[in-house]
Amino acid sequence: MSSEDVSRIVEEHAGKPGGLIGILQEIQARYGYLPPDALGAVAEGIGRSLTDVYGVATFFRSFSLKPRGKHLCSVCLGTACHVRGGAVIAEEFGRALNVAPGETTGDRDFTLETVNCLGACALGPIVVVDGHYFSNVSPVRVKEILEKARNGLDNVEVTTDQRIFPVEVSCPRCNHSLMDPARLVDGQPSISVTVVFAGEHFRLHLSCLYGSYNVESEREIPRDALADFFCPHCHAHLTGGSNCLECGAPMVPMIVRGGGIVQICSRRGCRGHLLDLSGGMQ
Amino acid sequence: MITLTMNGLPVTVEEGSTLLEAARFFGFPIPTLCHLEGLTPYGACRLCLVEVGRGDKAKLVTACTYPAADGLVVRTGSSRVIRARKMILELLLASCPQSKVIQDLAAAYEVRQQRFRQEYEDCILCGLCVRMCEEQMRAKAIGFRGRGERRSVGTPFDAPSPACRLCGGCMYVCPACQLRCTYHEPEKAICGSCANLSPPCLEKREFDDLMCFMAPCVACEIRKG
Repeated sequence: MSSEDVSRIVEEHAGKPGGLIGILQEIQARYGYLPPDALGAVAEGIGRSLTDVYGVATFFRSFSLKPRGKHLCSVCLGTACHVRGGAVIAEEFGRALNVAPGETTGDRDFTLETVNCLGACALGPIVVVDGHYFSNVSPVRVKEILEKARNGLDNVEVTTDQRIFPVEVSCPRCNHSLMDPARLVDGQPSISVTVVFAGEHFRLHLSCLYGSYNVESEREIPRDALADFFCPHCHAHLTGGSNCLECGAPMVPMIVRGGGIVQICSRRGCRGHLLDLSGGMQ
Repeated sequence: MITLTMNGLPVTVEEGSTLLEAARFFGFPIPTLCHLEGLTPYGACRLCLVEVGRGDKAKLVTACTYPAADGLVVRTGSSRVIRARKMILELLLASCPQSKVIQDLAAAYEVRQQRFRQEYEDCILCGLCVRMCEEQMRAKAIGFRGRGERRSVGTPFDAPSPACRLCGGCMYVCPACQLRCTYHEPEKAICGSCANLSPPCLEKREFDDLMCFMAPCVACEIRKG
């Protein structure tokens, strides 16, 4: 932990009433927990006593004063989940991980916690692992959920995931289809665009599955670098979209067949995107 | 000036005073645990409940935090009030049976037994010590931590606080605390104002924690031999 980080976070919230919780949340997001030194620095930074800051930090269940594991596993024990066997699920997780609720495994992989309600009572018993909801969990699924978490839940399975659907896009200038049936990405026709990066022109093939971030590029674009996108047919610069909500980079607009526009971030590795099916280009 | 009816009598009190102050001024007894003159009212112990209003609309409010208002009808000792106080005392006894202050109050209200699961806490979370430390001592060394059944009073991380000047004010005001010290009345040390048959400091190994102000300490003498 560096005290500069903490003082920067404190400064960002300076002067806002009720900023303390925001500060603590940011520190927790950064370090995974609230280090004792950070609490002291926060108290000093906002001119409150350490007693107040500590009181707030211990009041809310979402703040942790102990380091947490890589994966956070929350088992709901709210009323609805409880009557559907949430306690058994929590027990099973405890057995599988060999920790009690509130504890972290020795290898710092998992933190197990019980929560009082996640607000999705109809789907109970609910387990949330790293922000991913698992509904109607039964004890036999516990091992499977832990296995998935170990493999990384953010890796989307493009073939089985229901949320992913293909989109067909065309150039906003010439309206020529950008789909390339000869080159498949994720087993679907790819979206083919020309990219200019570092003075070089080359083709980039994007997966047409909305929700998949797989691309195939003729040249390597380093992570976080910005590239310019062009239509391979009319050579129009694909620009004029909004700025990415995630990173602020310019976005690349494309027309979706059937109406609407999709915008993707032009920064390599950024997953920012917008899908607007309500109207056409302005 | 504000005129209100208290136990059937028209009384006049100064503007800005609370029902508790008004009642005490006119000699109606109201028991309190979390109230202390010079500290902000807190309404934590609920013992000072009084009935406000008429008939079906009468409600129980804490006298220590309720401001006196014109035309208010207040009953400080109605059967409903007494019943509520008895229940509160039972609950307090269930959590803090060792406190002499609570025992005395319970005896005064003829509470002879309590029907709840017996615990042996040494804190009723009345917040007197926290307010004392903050408002009178200007130290803010102790505060509330956690919430619900895990709520407790203490310093951050349970570490000795640099803000604490060991003034003992927190223990002096505490109505329940085991660490209560009778420093200016050493002769009471054994029977103690806490009425323990064995003083708590005899059972504790760490004398440093107790911050005992007695010299000589009778308990220490017993312990030595």
